[in-house]
Parts: sequence; structure tokens; C-alpha cells
Amino acid sequence: MSSSMLFNVTMVIYMVSTCIFFAFLASRTKAVGLAGTYAALFGFLVQTAAIGLRWKESYDQGHGHAPLSNLFESVVFFSWTIVLIFLIIDFKYKYRAIGFFVIPFALFGMAWAQLGLDSGIEPLVPALQSNWLMYHVITCFLGYAAFAVACGISIMYLIRESMEKGGGNAQAGGLLSMFPSIRILDDLNYKAIMIGFPLLSLGIITGAAWANYAWGTYWSWDPKETWSLIVWFVYAAFLHARITRGWVGRRAAILSVIGFAATIFCYLGVNLFLSGLHSYGK
Amino acid sequence: MTTTNKRGFAQEVWDFFCSLKLSIFLLIGLALVSIIGTVIQQGPQREYLATLSETKIRLYSALGFFDMYHSWWFILLLYLLTLNLICCSIKRLPRVWKVVSEPVLVMDDNFEKSLANVKDLKLKGSKEELKERMAAFLRTEFAAPVITESNGEYHLFAQKSPWCRLGVYVVHLSIIVIFIGALIGSFAGYKAYTNIPEGGSVSQVQTQSGKMIPLGFDVRCEKFSVSFYDTGAPKEFRSVLTVLENGQPVPGFQNRPIIVNDPLTYKGITFYQSSYGQSDEGSLYHITVRDRKGGAPVKLNARQGERVALPGGAFLSVMEATMDVRPFMRGFDGPGAQVEFTPAGGNPQPFVILSDKYESFNAQHGGDLLITFDGMDQKFYTGLQVAHDPGVWVVWFGCFLMVVGICMAFFMSHKRVWARVTDSGVTLGGSASKNPAGFEICFDDLVEKLGKA
Repeated sequence: MSSSMLFNVTMVIYMVSTCIFFAFLASRTKAVGLAGTYAALFGFLVQTAAIGLRWKESYDQGHGHAPLSNLFESVVFFSWTIVLIFLIIDFKYKYRAIGFFVIPFALFGMAWAQLGLDSGIEPLVPALQSNWLMYHVITCFLGYAAFAVACGISIMYLIRESMEKGGGNAQAGGLLSMFPSIRILDDLNYKAIMIGFPLLSLGIITGAAWANYAWGTYWSWDPKETWSLIVWFVYAAFLHARITRGWVGRRAAILSVIGFAATIFCYLGVNLFLSGLHSYGK
Repeated sequence: MTTTNKRGFAQEVWDFFCSLKLSIFLLIGLALVSIIGTVIQQGPQREYLATLSETKIRLYSALGFFDMYHSWWFILLLYLLTLNLICCSIKRLPRVWKVVSEPVLVMDDNFEKSLANVKDLKLKGSKEELKERMAAFLRTEFAAPVITESNGEYHLFAQKSPWCRLGVYVVHLSIIVIFIGALIGSFAGYKAYTNIPEGGSVSQVQTQSGKMIPLGFDVRCEKFSVSFYDTGAPKEFRSVLTVLENGQPVPGFQNRPIIVNDPLTYKGITFYQSSYGQSDEGSLYHITVRDRKGGAPVKLNARQGERVALPGGAFLSVMEATMDVRPFMRGFDGPGAQVEFTPAGGNPQPFVILSDKYESFNAQHGGDLLITFDGMDQKFYTGLQVAHDPGVWVVWFGCFLMVVGICMAFFMSHKRVWARVTDSGVTLGGSASKNPAGFEICFDDLVEKLGKA
């Protein structure tokens, strides 16, 4: 068995999980929602095994490094962290409908990695040969994942809010009935960002520490650094907006979606459109 | 009347800098303008400038877009943010400090109504007995209480982690500390660069602005080596450095290997492996030439670009060479050279020659002659980034404060419990600064335990 096979299995399970969550919204049966969560959990375990196996494979090839070094590995890890944060929030608050808006992010990541990216295990170039790589990547991606979950929740908020405005009867039936109330969605959005913001801060700090250790500058306004700071500014604005009148609810949800868009640009856009130090070994 | 106007104006300015709206505006504004510098090349190269129109270049330079993060208006925004967070903290901190340092010890009726969690318990015993029981109970189950007697009733107050309310201000302080560290670095530190050929040494380094800075000691590069993976990707860049004081090696800083991610620090100055190249002087190339019709092989030495006469009237010059062709030619290894071969009376022909392992490859060129490349005595120079930043520890201290502050502000909650003890029983009240749902469970648990006790 190879890690690549297991990644394929993971992708299929996330697809199944997404479908189950849709069935949950349609059928409004609690047991179906629970099945969706278990499917996501099963996919998460398979993916964990796959990442572990890939780590072992890198040792078999004589390189021996954590699978966090190129674009393929980072996309896989990103989808793993998204499911991890989702599962934590799901087990704590048990709002299953969120799964339908979050697991697709993980599914999309896995599909892109498996179908569109080079999955070769490459040895580490000198710049990446450091323990800081692990601390930096893990903290950043856990932060990104929390923002992905917050974005999914904010989309639910915006859908539910506009439907409720459109007419009270939409609330009574349909897919919406399984959504948590907008007050709870607003709170969950905040909670997810409360997980993400400290992790992003740690990710930026570990990145700065690493840069200082490798190059002698903790901050050089490299596009990736700048974009991570932009993301930090957006979520800092979000957190301050929470305690200002008129910025709760709809505006907070929009800010959260914008924050995640900036996160994705920081993660991928910078590499695709701008130049800099973070080239994923290319 | 003028005084009130003045006061009104001062008040307005103060309110402006204290407002959260300004914070949000500045944070979003900084996020937006920061994008500019990621789109427009900073410290632009000539090639990049050539792609821009004259007007654009003039506009961008006038606005400081080519060094945007150091432009006056960007720095001004950062100062405004700092001023804003200082003002906000000054305005709000005393109120929070009062909650922390002077807690409400007595739960009266009005205060009770403001609490989300209140429970009346009928308990047997005199109020003195109950007071002792409650105090012991709170000490073991929650936190040590403060007891106050008022209007013939006993009031107990206990709290957990009150200082976590200060978390926000710790984060604000951390940002100021980081800025101070950055300022110290920019005024008292420098970033520089130096190239040292193998065997050579330097006593001064050049900063980004072109200024030469004396190190106060010498650094010698004993050796530089680069190794590659089978794929051709670089594996390791390694310089061996020696620090010299008055021409004498410093013990412990002799033949110190440095690689990327493992720098050398001496007297607060750190040397980072950054780049490398082939030293202009020094490299000697070894070539063997053999006549295909027979005869003894002739060994030749050549320097870069030098035209060497070959047997039979031809000339050869080595343009460039490497000890390892793997990064450049898939499926080949060993030394290789790009040469220009001029047959007797003919035109120059450029081609590549490899070691004697690839005889048939080498046989494709050279006319009557079979030319092989045996290798070279190669000299590298190592490119070192040199940094001196006395503010860096201030920055790390600021980062540490930020993490601590964020954890205090996000993950900890100031929990308070009041108990009013009368002869007829106990009224328990509680509140938490965060996570009311979580505290409710904690409070109900406390009530249940008290009921059983």
C-alpha cells in the first residue's frame, strides 16, 4: 500500500462525507448528520495514516523529512488541518450542518493535490533544512484551517440571514432548518477566529524567528510576509469590530470571508502571481 | 468661552484617538495599502523599471511606492496605530484595573440582579456555621474567599485568574515593544553583505546602502563546498570560517563550518551562508588531448578563457566548467566543461566535454583530436549575509508578550463567585468575563456539590 492510494481513499471519503452532510440538510434526520461527522472522522484517520506513511516513504527514499515541504504536501496538510479544526468544533458544539460548508474545502484541497499537483517526494533544499520548518508550517496551517472553518460558518450566516430577510416561511422548512440560528453562527465564527488568530500570530512569529536564524532579518517585507501581516490586520480588525456597535453579525461575517480570501491569497496567490522566498522548493 | 472651546477641541482630539472606529479604520487601511508593495517591486531592478512607463515611474517614486514600507505615509500610519492603541489602553485600563484590584466584595440586591448566574440554597445551621462551611467549600472547590460582614450578613467573594482581563493590554504593550525593538535595530544595527574567496579574509563589510563597516576583527574563508542530490537539487552549501583577532585565530572560532540555517555569531555580529560563486582568479582546468590515429595522450592546463594551443595547430579555450554536471545535464555526472574549439584554419566551435568515462560523447567533436576534461582546481568565493541587530531580543520579548497576552485574552476567563450567608441559607452568585455557557456549567456544578455537602 502506498500513501498515494491512501490519499485517494481520503479524497473519496471526504466526498462521501460531503454528500452525507447534504443528505442531512435535506432529510433533517439527526442520525444522518452524525454519520457525516463519522465519515469525516474516518477520512481524517485515513489521511493521518497516509501522511505518516508518506513520511516513512521519504525515509525509505533516503531523504527523511516531514511531509510539509512542497505544494502537494502543504495542500494535503491544509486539508488535514481543516478537518481537524472542524472535528474539534463539531465535537464541542455538535452543529452538524457546518460540515456541509467546511468539508468541501478539505475535499477540494485533496482533489487538487491528487489530480493537479506533482506528488514526488523531493529532498530538502538547504534553506528548508531546519526544525523551524515544522513549527512554522504547523502553526500557520492550523491558523489557516481555523479561518477556513470560520469562512464556512460565515457563508452559512450570510445565507441564513438573507433567507430570513427574504421571507419568514423559508425558516420553517427546507435546508435552512438544520442551520444553527444566526446568533449562534455569529458566535461560532468568532470562536473559530479566536482559535485561528493566536495560531496565525505564532506562525508569523516562528517564521520571523526562522528568517532571523537563516538570513539575519526577522522581517524583510517579502510578499509572503506582507500578506501574512495583511491577513493578521484583517482579523485584528475583526476582533476589534466585535466590541464595536454595528459591526457584529453581517459585517463580521463579511469580514471573515474577506479574511479567508486574503488567507488563500497569502497561501497560494503570492506563489502564483508574485515573487519571493516561499517558492515551495520550485 | 474660549477655554471651553479649547477643552472641547482637546476632548475631541482625545476621543478621536481613543475610538475603536479609528483602530478598525487603521487596521483595514494598513491591510489595503500593504498590498501595493507586494504588487510593485520594492527596490526595483532595472529590468522591472523598463516595463513601466515614464509617468508611472515618476508617480510611483513621488508616492514612495518603490520603498513603500519605509515611506513617510506608511510609517505615519504605523505611528497612528501605535498612538491609537496607547490612547485606547490609557482610557480603558484604569477601569479594568479597578475590577482586578478592587473587586466588589458584597453582593447586594442590585448587583445580584446584574448577574447571569444566581441560586438560592436553603441550608441548615447558623450563619456562623454556614460561613465557615462556605469558606472551606469555596477554598477547596473554587478559590480562597474574602469574607465581609455587612448588615448582619456574611458576604464571601472568591475569584479565579482576575489578571487575564489585562491580556488585551499585554498584547497592546507587546506591539509597542516590538516597534521599539525594530527601531533599535534600524538605528543601532546594520545588514551587510560580503564575498570572501577561499583562502581570503575580510575586515569590513558593505551595507545595503553601500557604506563600509569595519568588523573590528577579520574573518577568513578556509574552504567553501557545495554538494548536490542525485536530482541535481542543491543539498548543502558549506563555508569553513575562522575568526582572526590581530591576525591570530580566536580559540573556538577556528575552522567553524557554517551552512544555511546554521550561522556563526562573534561579538554580536552574525554571518549567514547566503550565496556562492566561482572565484575569478585561481581555477585551473585540466584537459587531456589524444590523437585518434594513435600516439601518447597530452595533458594540458588552462585558465578561464585562455587560448591553449593543441597538437596539430588547433586551439582550445575553456569558457566555464564544473566539477559536477548533474544539475545541468540529466543522466551524466562527473566534471564537465563548456569549451570553444578552433580547428587549424577553421571557425570556432562551442561544445561540451566530459570526463574519460564518456568517451563516445567526447568523440562527437574535435576533428582528429579526442579531448577529455579531467577536472579542475577550483576556487570558490562564499557570499555571506552579515547582520548586527541589538534590537532583536527586544523583538523576541515583544513576541513572547504577544503570545502570552493573546492566550490570556482568548483562552482564560475571570471567574467570580459571591455568596451571601444568612440564617436561612446561602445565595450564590457568579459571573465570568468570557464563555458564559462554559461558566454556567461550572456554576451549576458548584451549586450541586454544595447541595450535597
